[in-house]
Amino acid sequence: MSLPALSLYVFLFLVPVLNNLRYALTKWDGIEEPVFVGLDNFKKLATDDDLATKVLGNNIEFMFWVVIFQTGFALLFATYLVRNTRTTLFFRTLFFFPTILSSVSVAMIWLFLYDPNYGAINTTFKKIGLDSFALNWLGSEDSALYAIIFVQVWFHTGQMMVIYIAGLQQIPAELYEAANVDGASRWQQFKSVTWPMALPTSAVVVAYTTIQSFRAFDLVYATTQGGPNNETSILTTMIFQTAFNEFRFGYAASQSIIMVIMIFLITGLQKRILRTRY
Amino acid sequence: MIYKVSRWLGLTIFSLLIIIPTAIVVLGTFKTDLEIYDSPMALPLNWTLDNYRRLLDDGEILTNFKNSIFVTSLSVLITLILASMVSFAIARMMNVTGKVLFVLFSLGLAIPGQVNIIPIYLLFNDLGLTNTYHGLIAVNVVATLPISVFILTSFFKEIPNEMYEVASIDGATHFKVYRSIALPLSKPALGATSIFLFVICWNDLLFPLLLITESAKKTLPLALLDYRGEYATSFSMIFTAVLVASIPMVIMYLAMQKSFVAGLTAGAVKG
Repeated sequence: MSLPALSLYVFLFLVPVLNNLRYALTKWDGIEEPVFVGLDNFKKLATDDDLATKVLGNNIEFMFWVVIFQTGFALLFATYLVRNTRTTLFFRTLFFFPTILSSVSVAMIWLFLYDPNYGAINTTFKKIGLDSFALNWLGSEDSALYAIIFVQVWFHTGQMMVIYIAGLQQIPAELYEAANVDGASRWQQFKSVTWPMALPTSAVVVAYTTIQSFRAFDLVYATTQGGPNNETSILTTMIFQTAFNEFRFGYAASQSIIMVIMIFLITGLQKRILRTRY
Repeated sequence: MIYKVSRWLGLTIFSLLIIIPTAIVVLGTFKTDLEIYDSPMALPLNWTLDNYRRLLDDGEILTNFKNSIFVTSLSVLITLILASMVSFAIARMMNVTGKVLFVLFSLGLAIPGQVNIIPIYLLFNDLGLTNTYHGLIAVNVVATLPISVFILTSFFKEIPNEMYEVASIDGATHFKVYRSIALPLSKPALGATSIFLFVICWNDLLFPLLLITESAKKTLPLALLDYRGEYATSFSMIFTAVLVASIPMVIMYLAMQKSFVAGLTAGAVKG
């Protein structure tokens, strides 16, 4: 009964993974015969590729801020909306809404909002006389990455909030009652009940958000394609570019392997940190 | 007091951040470009359907729409069938084979499918599978198998063993038990998973971008990118295309909110 799924999975996932390893050891334009070059691609990646270093930095910066803000806001809104009432249900429905859109649609919406000449953000700033705030959000090297980080957080906070709400609703009410009897303030309740009790959920949210930020190809490709000057390029967009714009398939394959290693390292590290915490 | 103020402030700001862009897009589809640039949030001066007309006339949006529906529904259906069969086998086999299977599919959760874009592209080029729907569907199925197996296995394991045993005593084959016991009992899990898969496939850009170049075969997200190039800064047209592409999801979301939220978070939590 597992044969159909297994054969498809082996053929289109496991074999490609192994092929990727093989390609990574070659120099190949995809047309002529691949030339075996050993670990040269990895050597070049590690020592002589400023672009790859920059992109790796971008990806880590992107991941870092998205994890911080997305997790923070998701937890904040979850504590605001943890009880089931008509009002909270309305807000939850609204906040979750962006999650169902496609990255490309989200990109199109924000391309308009961020547009330097016609965009709603800049026209609003100009109308109220704050012309100096009207930046070229996605077009300037200083702001582009942060502009996309903002969109990513806007896009997925609702989804993470819902996960948190499910987690917070499992916390026994007695803990809060006991804290109330002790006269704990809201902040103290949060610190000594909500936060520690929500740690397992936080582990899930952080892990998922991390993987999500490595998969943000669609959003970046549809907004900036990695520009300006590779300032918003992340690992996946760089791999795509190396392979399909520059036709360096072997080198792109070695970049993919670095990405897998990065994901393993970071998620492993997170697991360790969050496990020792509780 | 501080808590209350901060609560309402926070909720209001994030609400506006979602409502305003949505309103700009929806209203914008009934406006001219000039109106959108001038006063994006105002109601249209003259409600016009010109943008919709133009999009239907000179675009291929209906074709793209049909492509998306075809590719997405088949991808979801095939994934559900294959994943439920494997998951059933894994849940019922407490032996080494079951464990090995489970580990193999878990590997697909840890390694994102994006890593494989180069070997997949080269393989599909060799086999002549680029620009075919069955190629794209096969890739979609493989990309979503691991997470589906993960969700469904944990569900099948929750079904009490007695349920299966009763049927086995009656001499039912494995497949019979799967079809007449496991599947009917797991309707909620299958429903949640199918919504999750539907959203992923409907919205995916990467694999269509990798495998489809003929414009008549493009799915909606890929076509949206073309519209962006074609209409350049005509945001009224872009908004109209975005709205048309998002409508099925929005309707499904509003009609089945609970299953939507359950489905989309099951994917995250179990993964």
